[in-house]
Amino acid sequence: MTDETLLSARKLSLSYGMLPALVDVDVDLWPGEMLAVVGESGSGKTTLLNVLSGRLAPDAGAVWYRDPDGHLHDVHAMPAPALRTLHRSDWGFVHQDPRQNLRMNVTAGGNVGERLMAQGARHYGSIREQAIDWLTQVEIDAGRIDDMPRTFSGGMLQRLQIARTLVTHPRLVFMDEPTGSLDVSVQARLLDLIRSLVTRLNIAVVLVTHDIGVARLLAHRIIVMQRGRVVETGLTDQVLDDPQHPYTQLLVSSVLHA
Amino acid sequence: MKGYNFAYLDEQTKRMIRRALLKAVAIPGHQVPFGSREMPLPYGWGTGGIQVTASVLGAGDVLKVIDQGADDTTNAVSIRRFFARTAGVHTTTRTADATVIQTRHRIPEQTLRDDQIIVYQVPQPEPLYRLESSRIETRRMHALADYGLMHVKLYEDIARFGQISISYDYPVMVNRRHLMSPSPIPAFDNPKLHRMPTLQLFGAGREKRIYAIPPWTEVRSLDFDDHPFRPIRAPHPCGLCGATDSYLDEVVIDDRGGRLFVCSDTDHCAERRAAGHVGTEGLKEAAE
Ligand SMILES: Nc1ncnc2c1ncn2[C@@H]1O[C@H](COP(=O)(O)OP(=O)(O)OP(=O)(O)O)[C@@H](O)[C@H]1O
Ligand SMILES: [Mg+2]
Repeated sequence: MTDETLLSARKLSLSYGMLPALVDVDVDLWPGEMLAVVGESGSGKTTLLNVLSGRLAPDAGAVWYRDPDGHLHDVHAMPAPALRTLHRSDWGFVHQDPRQNLRMNVTAGGNVGERLMAQGARHYGSIREQAIDWLTQVEIDAGRIDDMPRTFSGGMLQRLQIARTLVTHPRLVFMDEPTGSLDVSVQARLLDLIRSLVTRLNIAVVLVTHDIGVARLLAHRIIVMQRGRVVETGLTDQVLDDPQHPYTQLLVSSVLHA
Repeated sequence: MKGYNFAYLDEQTKRMIRRALLKAVAIPGHQVPFGSREMPLPYGWGTGGIQVTASVLGAGDVLKVIDQGADDTTNAVSIRRFFARTAGVHTTTRTADATVIQTRHRIPEQTLRDDQIIVYQVPQPEPLYRLESSRIETRRMHALADYGLMHVKLYEDIARFGQISISYDYPVMVNRRHLMSPSPIPAFDNPKLHRMPTLQLFGAGREKRIYAIPPWTEVRSLDFDDHPFRPIRAPHPCGLCGATDSYLDEVVIDDRGGRLFVCSDTDHCAERRAAGHVGTEGLKEAAE
């Protein structure tokens, strides 16, 4: 781990009317690191993810991203074209509902190839080869490459979304409850897949989940949120084995007793 | 014609359209909104093209109007007559004699010159229209030159049909920056757009958009390195003039299902025949 963060946020605050959704939130993410954001429903996890990824402007505070050349960018001060370029190259976003990200009227191969084409890939054969390679990596039979996503199961759709996102080798991926819409039996397999892919490709991930088990399985570090505030943060094992804040203690014990 | 301004439109409207045209020329391939006027013709009859033509026409111009390559369709004849009456300009069917050519669905076969202007009638100016229904989103895509989606469409064609299956309105990149609809001309005509010496103006009346390609601009048909763009043409010579390099229409010639391939550009065909070129049908007629 280098001492230079990939993404840093300081004093993020955001209110929806009278409701404080983020209060003085600090976040640091290092290259290749998996950071879990946990907390109960309504604690501000998705709001934080959207602010970190530049999709939602905070009322106060700033988010900084360090590009591959080492230059820092104030994410919310970036011109829209630059932010969009970032989102389709260096960054990726995995939604809870894969239908939000996938093009349902485009074949699996076209879905995986889109980011390559958006980056200027102009060789059909090589786009197809990479699509086949990525379908295989996410354990979708390469023979399904010309099939429409609507013929895929929920787990397959989520894996297709991951292939579509990772095909351009992003350095940073934001994930919002990536297993949230799946059966428990399918969840475990997808989590294993995510873990092996991001480890091998050395991708940094901000992962939002309300599931402590998911955080323990995947994340190096963890942020615990309650009512828009970070109440505890640290190495995942330390925080979960020896929670200091009463709210974290409650979260952990509720899992143990479940 | 009494009671009308020159070329029907009032001067203020023409100035407004010319301003849009200047902007369009300055940003090749970019769609410029304009305050489209009611014209004494229904939409679909080329009201966008007519307004552009009206705004660039001068008293000394010679106008040619073509519809699917022909000068003699009802549409072409009425637009020609409209300007003959309202502007008193000379009209012609000869491509070489025209200074302004308004067209629907074709580019003349004869190479156009730098002292001519070609005006295209455009039904749908947005090349991403079928792929992305949101206007806000397509505008953003143009602003950011974010055209991956158009290539996805081409990718899907090859994956499904083994080739790119767009035969009309084949999308182009203008000046390496803007994705543009060339209007519903056959893909066969696309290469003529590239580095044409002629000023090319596009008018969409219903959609209220104007765009342009200045002379000598780079215009590339979208494709893949390993599936290059190929202009498609029926593999026959023209039955009337014998041309093997012109775009052909298939026409029914009798009530026994007889068919014939002939030049879609009627002026081009007539000129070739006048110069002594004969196709198979012409030879048959001579023999009878
Ligand atoms: N667009 C909005 N307008 C008003 N209030 C909102 C909006 N989005 C979120 N909120 C509120 O802000 C708070 C934080 O919402 P957020 O979606 O970030 O929570 P979350 O931790 O992601 O919850 P969940 O686990 O249910 O997805 C909640 O009280 C929510 O109701
Ligand atoms: Mg949420």
